[in-house]
Amino acid sequence: MHEWALAEAVIVAAKQIAEKEKLREIREVHIKIGELQQVERDIFRFALSQLKPTGFKNAIFHISTARTVLRCRVCEYDWIFSKSNLDEDTAEAIHFVPEVAHSYIKCPKCSSPDFEISEGRGVWLENIKGVR
Amino acid sequence: MKSMDPRTTVIDERLSRTGRIIAISSGKGGVGKSLVATTLALELVQRGFKVGLFDLDFTSPSTHLIMGITKILPKEDKGILPPVLKGLSYMSLIHFTGDQALPLRGADVSNVLIELLSVTQWGKLDFLVLDMPPGIGDAVLDLLRLVKRIEFLVVTTPSRLAFETVKKQVKLLQDLKIPIIGILENIKMNKLENIASETENLGLKFLGEIPYDPEVEDAIGDVSKLHDTMVAKKIRKVAAKTII
Repeated sequence: MHEWALAEAVIVAAKQIAEKEKLREIREVHIKIGELQQVERDIFRFALSQLKPTGFKNAIFHISTARTVLRCRVCEYDWIFSKSNLDEDTAEAIHFVPEVAHSYIKCPKCSSPDFEISEGRGVWLENIKGVR
Repeated sequence: MKSMDPRTTVIDERLSRTGRIIAISSGKGGVGKSLVATTLALELVQRGFKVGLFDLDFTSPSTHLIMGITKILPKEDKGILPPVLKGLSYMSLIHFTGDQALPLRGADVSNVLIELLSVTQWGKLDFLVLDMPPGIGDAVLDLLRLVKRIEFLVVTTPSRLAFETVKKQVKLLQDLKIPIIGILENIKMNKLENIASETENLGLKFLGEIPYDPEVEDAIGDVSKLHDTMVAKKIRKVAAKTII
């Protein structure tokens, strides 16, 4: 249920942008979720629907998923994160704080834990559309 | 619009029911920050306050060792609930990594800090004690940017090597007009009073000195033994005089 906290952050950020852009009614909110954080989409969407404030009543939330690309800083190998190789506790720990992946995942080519999460880490607010 | 990371927008709200936010900090490692932070948090609990302890030394956490705590995966309720251990709400990356090493670069440190500040539901606290990593790197800069009401308690040893780095940290904080409670001299092994006088030259309060205490090592991992050490007695006095 920490999806709720992330959804709240999206709503607060979207509201701040709407105020700045002087948007009276929000029609669309575009959100990207990185696979690494394994956000439960149904809970996240439900939280968004419960948290949306005045001005967001008719807003449609478009949620896309970004695959997670990891890049080794030692040998520059790129690979795609897959939760299927992780046990339940490890997947849960990465769900809470994606960077703890550095404790559990190593470069498949050179075994270094020194990699960067080059794409698909967590939740991003991509765009909002509305009317003034 | 440019795509944005929404997490920082809720940090004020997450800390809205927290009283004083005290960062235990130093320019140098090995001066006893974690011991001071943990002991201070436990002493405040003993005085009946609601206290949180947040271990921000992500790559080398040690507050759990001082309290004898092992990995406990926190519960979730509209965020992450810090487990209540030894009477205090406790957040540390060891909840997620256990005994595994966690190698992190600066950008990762920032991401972890922002993540935990934005999703941790501390609830109502009188004090949130932060055990800082040494120096003035990413964690300090991010906290100064993101936590509006932060104040610092700076720890040094009598060593010139430690105090010179402390002076740099103090200068940064003073330039940014960040409140500093004072400087605490730890692991005192001489009779010199140079740290006290130099602290006053910096325009800061000297909080006192904690003598080198060979008994402390035996109390690591045992909160009731820790409570009886000279370190705890001294920190109790500092808390009574300058924090409570």
